[in-house]
Amino acid sequence: MSETVDTHGAEAHIGSDLLAPTPPISAETRAFWEATTRGELQVTRCRTCEEYTWYPRGFCPHCGGLEVEWVRVSGKGEVYSWSVVRRGGLGDYRGAEPYVLAYVELAESVRMMTNIVDVDESALAIGLPVEVVFHSTEGEAALPRFAPVQG
Amino acid sequence: MTIRGAALIAGAFEHPLRKIPDKSVAQVHAEVAVGALADAGLTLSDVDGYFCAGDAPGFGALSMADYMGLHVSYLDSTETGGSSYLAHVGHAAAAIAAGKCEVALVTMAGLPVSAPGPGAVTPSAPEFAFENVFGTTTPSMYALAARRHMHEFGTTSEQLAEVKVAASLHAQHNQNALLQKVVTVEDVINSPLIADPLHRLDCCVVTDGGGAVVVVSPAVAKRLDRHAVAVLGHGEAPKTANRGRIDLTHTGAVWSGPLAFAEAGVTHADIDYASIYDSFTITVVETIEDLGFCPKGQGGAFVASGALRAPDGGLPFNTDGGGLCNNHPANRGGMTKILEAVRQLRGEAHPAVQVPDCEIALAHGTGGSLGTRMGSATLILGRET
Ligand SMILES: [Zn+2]
Repeated sequence: MSETVDTHGAEAHIGSDLLAPTPPISAETRAFWEATTRGELQVTRCRTCEEYTWYPRGFCPHCGGLEVEWVRVSGKGEVYSWSVVRRGGLGDYRGAEPYVLAYVELAESVRMMTNIVDVDESALAIGLPVEVVFHSTEGEAALPRFAPVQG
Repeated sequence: MTIRGAALIAGAFEHPLRKIPDKSVAQVHAEVAVGALADAGLTLSDVDGYFCAGDAPGFGALSMADYMGLHVSYLDSTETGGSSYLAHVGHAAAAIAAGKCEVALVTMAGLPVSAPGPGAVTPSAPEFAFENVFGTTTPSMYALAARRHMHEFGTTSEQLAEVKVAASLHAQHNQNALLQKVVTVEDVINSPLIADPLHRLDCCVVTDGGGAVVVVSPAVAKRLDRHAVAVLGHGEAPKTANRGRIDLTHTGAVWSGPLAFAEAGVTHADIDYASIYDSFTITVVETIEDLGFCPKGQGGAFVASGALRAPDGGLPFNTDGGGLCNNHPANRGGMTKILEAVRQLRGEAHPAVQVPDCEIALAHGTGGSLGTRMGSATLILGRET
């Protein structure tokens, strides 16, 4: 890891131009990614027990149900935990530091890995209200990331 | 059926180097295998059970059995990252108890410095598109756990730093350790942030290396001259991301620990020494809470009291310097946790850190990530005289 200039300090604004790599898309998850290109965040919900699951999958790990449906969620939530990645970004993220890796707990109570973007470093906190934003990729998918709720 | 009394660790070997530029991974597996067998007074022809994990090259156990010329009746290639080898010892003891084998060889090796390979998680993993695509790194996922632990329990960076300080105090006596310099709490918190709140010195080292143990039946142990230590108890449990409701404040040790204690029939007060998986300082704090050495949330204060420092602390840990200072071969610290526990029980740790009259030791391994899904495996070992 190279020594780089730390972007410490309350003035730092992080993630307004974070790159958006294309995720691998499978038959199981194509509907999820298609929805992201329309600006919709979806999760899978079991038709039998009606529980939400994250990450989305064509199976219900709550009850073993094989029938799940895609449901649109509000995209509002709050930060469950966060870290500013300052060194050691991998693959596409090499050199993209600093950026914020986080878990966001959605209103539907699932906790999803994501990035917090367009955020003042001094505002980062557990419990910070955030809402989803979509960052276009080169593929048939947009990345669901989260930004602080304005106002 | 229980494994208590069914098997003993008769041989143990740790590769002395931290950088091995001129050898293959298979070659290092074979070197540590021969080393552990020689330590026990056995040879490859005595081996009838073989255990290895995802660090074994090619076809895993099959490739390595072929490479080493083994003729065995039992194979196990359980892969739970860094916790694999502690699980292997438990599985070997169970296999021995069931009469499936009587000389079980467990090997691990890797060359992440000299010959770095791809990560364990590939795009075909179902979670990949929903995690790695956001730029996950190993330190940052552990940092998520550290941040949440700080938030819920008031744990501080200074408390985490004491884990590294204790490890460095031990490592100064280990001539093979990668980092032998004693560090202070200030050194840790003044080292560069890698992923807030974790600093460079909160992270384990990256080294080449490997190690092996030989687990044998009591009948075999009786024929050997070498001091063998008893496998008293074993527990293992994966902790998942819980269908999207992950709790970052605990590890799988909340399940593997009680299983191991129950099987061994011992209590926390009986543990004289503990090898605790230390991929990061937060790993140790969460694990000792989950194993029950202190109440949940008080791990920070517990370590800050100096409890981890050998030989006089209440819970002397990682007297080889651990993953934080000594080595972390193949980015997997589980085997080395077993090896130092065996040294302590044999009275062969460095005199400066040898726990006096060490009778019962615990070794705990973690694999995968505190930030997502992880393996946990706990072993309790006893001095056999
Ligand atoms: Zn269901």
